[in-house]
Amino acid sequence: MADYPIHEFDVLVVGAGGAGLRAAIEASKAGAKTAVVTKSLLGKAHTVMAEGGMAAAMGNADDRDNWRVHFADTMRGGQYLNNCNMALHHAKEAPARVHEMEAWGAIFDRTKDGRINQRNFGGHRYPRLAHVGDRTGLEMIRTLQDHGIHQGLEVFAETTMVRLLMDGGRCAGAFAYDRERGRFMVFHAKAVVLATGGVGRSFRVTSNSWEYTADGQALAYNVGAALLDMEFVQFHPTGMVWPPSVKGILVTEGVRGEGGVLKNKDGKRFMFDDIPDNYKPQTADNPEEGWRYTQGDKSARRPPELLTRDHVARCINREVKAGRGSPHGGVFLDIAWIGKKIPNGAEHIKKKLPSMYHQFKQLADLDITKEPMEVGPTTHYMMGGIQVDADSQMSTVPGLFAAGECAAGLHGANRLGGNSLSDLVVFGKRAGEYAAKYAKSNGATKLNMSDVEETAKWCLTPFERGAAGENPFAVQSELQDVMQNLVGIVRVESEMQQALEKIEQLRKRAVKAGITGNIEYNNGWHTALDLENMLAISEMIALSGIERKESRGGHFRDDFPEKSNEWAKYNLRLTKGGDGKPSMERVPVVPLTDEMKQIIEEQKS
Amino acid sequence: MASATFRIWRGERGAGKFVDYTTEFEEGMVVLDMVHKIQANSANDMAVRWNCKAGKCGSCSAEINGKPKLMCMTRLNQLDLTQPVTVEPMKTFPHVKDLVTDVSWNYRVKKKIQKFTPRPADAADGTWRMQQADVDRPQEFRKCIECFLCQDVCHVLRDHDKHDEFIGPRFLIYTAQLEMHPLDTGDRLKALKDDFNIGYCNITKCCTKVCPEEIKITDNAIIPLKERIVDEYYDPLGKLFKMFK
Repeated sequence: MADYPIHEFDVLVVGAGGAGLRAAIEASKAGAKTAVVTKSLLGKAHTVMAEGGMAAAMGNADDRDNWRVHFADTMRGGQYLNNCNMALHHAKEAPARVHEMEAWGAIFDRTKDGRINQRNFGGHRYPRLAHVGDRTGLEMIRTLQDHGIHQGLEVFAETTMVRLLMDGGRCAGAFAYDRERGRFMVFHAKAVVLATGGVGRSFRVTSNSWEYTADGQALAYNVGAALLDMEFVQFHPTGMVWPPSVKGILVTEGVRGEGGVLKNKDGKRFMFDDIPDNYKPQTADNPEEGWRYTQGDKSARRPPELLTRDHVARCINREVKAGRGSPHGGVFLDIAWIGKKIPNGAEHIKKKLPSMYHQFKQLADLDITKEPMEVGPTTHYMMGGIQVDADSQMSTVPGLFAAGECAAGLHGANRLGGNSLSDLVVFGKRAGEYAAKYAKSNGATKLNMSDVEETAKWCLTPFERGAAGENPFAVQSELQDVMQNLVGIVRVESEMQQALEKIEQLRKRAVKAGITGNIEYNNGWHTALDLENMLAISEMIALSGIERKESRGGHFRDDFPEKSNEWAKYNLRLTKGGDGKPSMERVPVVPLTDEMKQIIEEQKS
Repeated sequence: MASATFRIWRGERGAGKFVDYTTEFEEGMVVLDMVHKIQANSANDMAVRWNCKAGKCGSCSAEINGKPKLMCMTRLNQLDLTQPVTVEPMKTFPHVKDLVTDVSWNYRVKKKIQKFTPRPADAADGTWRMQQADVDRPQEFRKCIECFLCQDVCHVLRDHDKHDEFIGPRFLIYTAQLEMHPLDTGDRLKALKDDFNIGYCNITKCCTKVCPEEIKITDNAIIPLKERIVDEYYDPLGKLFKMFK
């Protein structure tokens, strides 16, 4: 038997974005010996790309805000498929998590009286997002990273988890390799927290990086954990569309929060044409009122550009399909126009949206203070994921926890912008806390070394096939086209069935992936190993998408374009069946308490 | 479709050679797109580090035609494509493979810098008050994406190899950010002078020139820190004043 290093820890955290770092800080604070394993270098995880801000009802910019409003906004945005208990924890605890970031060195933008400023965002009734220009994610990850390194976390950078290891029914660690040398290693732990992020790399047009290959979801599923809400993928309404090589790169919702408007090629603000009934009482019906709202007028209602992401994305899609789009297949997003409304407009835009200014100037030769941007929907976020307990974040597998994007529940059918950064720290903290407790009260696990041997052997098979095997990049690229074209923003049953067939064909090719060169920093090899997870989760997105015969949130069916009262009662749950195939069941949505019902009712007007 | 030749450094642990790849390109492409295209089609095992492809994570640092840059933010129309475009790993850090270097030294340096230590909260609810004007400067430094291009170009590190004595521009702005943070109570001046040898910097501003975030590293961070150290340790009048205070 080969001799792999075995690292012993109380708590193993997989992923070093906001959720992973926050979990590790908490576990380590509780006295647990804690490791963080991250696919990239420390500080490069996807959190770094978050732009707009972190939602927390502190009431600094509008004192009418409080956790009750935030809770109701989150539930309505998620079309009531959310786990209401998670939504409640989130709304109540987010302000404390923001303040804690400040105590750890984060510097948010300020209000005039010196408190943390908050900005408008889609689906949030009041200005609620603590932010730093349009680089809030960077602020967050750097703060957690810098705080964490002084707390004795052990970080294994550029290390990728390949399998979770089990001790009977309990999670006992993970098998991993380091990118640089390609060496295998074993993490032996008493509790494991997954914080591996999303799945966006399986789509052609995406704001997600190479890391987002559904590792956490797929590996948890493989060891028996249940997945929930896999049909709900968020397509962010505004990604770049031109030039082609930058298609999909995110354009923050903060642009609209600061007064940016969406127009079609005729110069029409088309969002006024389609305002859902449940948002009508709170939405402006003319441009002037919308403008006043973005400038802090408390008597004004919000502009329709700040409706929820699922809705705005679909409206943009409709304009483009109807031939009213911009030259490169998007619509126009205009922030330059506010230059006429306020003094020093260009400087104001640069100060509020520095990265956007920079990004368009450098990548598209476009000055956003002078011209409108061209934008269109881009795959952005996974609402579904590992089913977890609302309090502890433990999955259905004992000892295995999940937090952040790879977990399901908080966002239901559609996530509100800004609720992700707060999700990461609220539930990252909970996961770390409960994982440490679990580790302490449940003691050591036993490793099954034959699993380790088997995994190591599997990892090396692409080298055996060498250049004669399938090109892993080609398989990945074809999967991206399949998901983009057949399981994208508008879905129909026949296309999703077709996607399933194609995924099956790709799977046959993926197991024949071959790679040349050696095991040291070999991106082709890494891609070959990622394919299995990407294909497994893509299949589950399509399966769940076929099953849910209605349109709700991020899931829009052209063949069932309406919401159904029957489907409002269920979440879809997937587990690995006895035959090794996914088995799907409808589970009732977590019931609201009477107090929650009352809060939702009082916030409807 | 037009094509261009990319001359990419291939090899491991310092040994290697340039290999030419001629590939077609389309409008708007950046260097990282070309590297990915070459990797996907003809060099599957080529090592390249990247994440966001939007200039936000600072992973894809390299030397393009000899200049330290982010591959994801360097558009082909900024380059002379009649000549081969060279792409090499950063020189200041140990080479790993192809375009990837070992930047772990940076993470070890950061651990040595005294951590953020806030003053007691200003308000009863445990929060602080800071004016925007007072945080503009540290916010500028906090824009840093840790691409380490400033470290790559700094001659103290690149040519004189003073990695054990000097922390480099990245960590001088990191320290400046802490020193200028309105809430911080720590004092890092002595360490800057004695352990991190800020004096080695002779303000040639090479770091400022390569910063993709356009942080004024030398003017806004290093020079003010040097001035604070002079005030604290080398000003005879100040010393006299302190003696009688």
